[in-house]
Amino acid sequence: MPERKRKWKILLVLMIILPTLLFVVYFFSLAPMPWTGVDEAVVQKIAKEHGREAVAPLINPGSGDLLLFVFLVAGAVGGFVAGYCWRDLVKKKE
Amino acid sequence: MGRILSIAILCLLSATPAFAMHISEGILPFSWALFWYLAVVPFVALGVRRLNALSREDLALKPLVGLLAAVVFIISCMPIPVPTAGTCSHPCGTGVAAILVGPLVSVVIAAVALLIQALFLAHGGLSTLGANTFSMGVVGSFAGWLAFHGLRHMGGSLALSGFIAGLLADWGTYAATSLILASGIRGDAPLLPLFVKVVVAFIPTQLPLGILESVITAGMLTLLYKKRPDLLVRMKVISERELQSHA
Repeated sequence: MPERKRKWKILLVLMIILPTLLFVVYFFSLAPMPWTGVDEAVVQKIAKEHGREAVAPLINPGSGDLLLFVFLVAGAVGGFVAGYCWRDLVKKKE
Repeated sequence: MGRILSIAILCLLSATPAFAMHISEGILPFSWALFWYLAVVPFVALGVRRLNALSREDLALKPLVGLLAAVVFIISCMPIPVPTAGTCSHPCGTGVAAILVGPLVSVVIAAVALLIQALFLAHGGLSTLGANTFSMGVVGSFAGWLAFHGLRHMGGSLALSGFIAGLLADWGTYAATSLILASGIRGDAPLLPLFVKVVVAFIPTQLPLGILESVITAGMLTLLYKKRPDLLVRMKVISERELQSHA
């Protein structure tokens, strides 16, 4: 009986996973350029088709990637500090 | 220490240009941008009132809300490449925030995070701040909070309820973004086909990312339950009785 139950469970999981994988593979072509954000790949693309285009932000960071780089450095430093103090951070309260 | 530094440097060197999922500046017509601002104002006002009431009860809640705001800010602007779609996007974080501090305070957290992103990172935009706050803040928070408490009332475990809450918060956010975008740009075109088109375009990226968000949500709740269950009791996520049985 448990063996039969296990088989049903596997069948159920396959019934969910296989169509999901097929669905994902089918829509693979919707990504027009590799690793672009969905704001560009989806939002701006569809908006452009309907005559709406994004405008420059009010405060234009210009080198937007540089800001992200700085943000990433800050994250790496913060992550290092958090990792270094990990035991103190996750120690159980007495 | 040297190993950690090497990993950190490798991560920095492998950084690639990244973008967010928020609706960009100027995409929505003025009337729709104003509509979403007006729609979100009551939620933010109620959230600020709720935050004040909570901090009158327990002042220690304010730093916690600040910490959660930092978590939501980071989660909602860190791009994650999705190999199945070839695009980048990010989770939202509002599901876990809503579970911990309530959906109204979570709306305020999302509004602050999105404002900073719009001002300094060119993610989203000031004209679309209302729309983005509505989808990520209002829909994401309430979807996560309702799913979590609904499942807990039905006897769901903390991890399972957190998992489903994270999933629905993420997918709910993108469904709302699709509706906002479709209604804003459709012109004379019918709404439903355009809405479906946007949803379908989001699916390859957000389907796996929603699962990632649900794992993050369940993981954060489980970690808190193991390490600081008293915090979960204080935030009314679990009951005192559950804490005693845990001990």
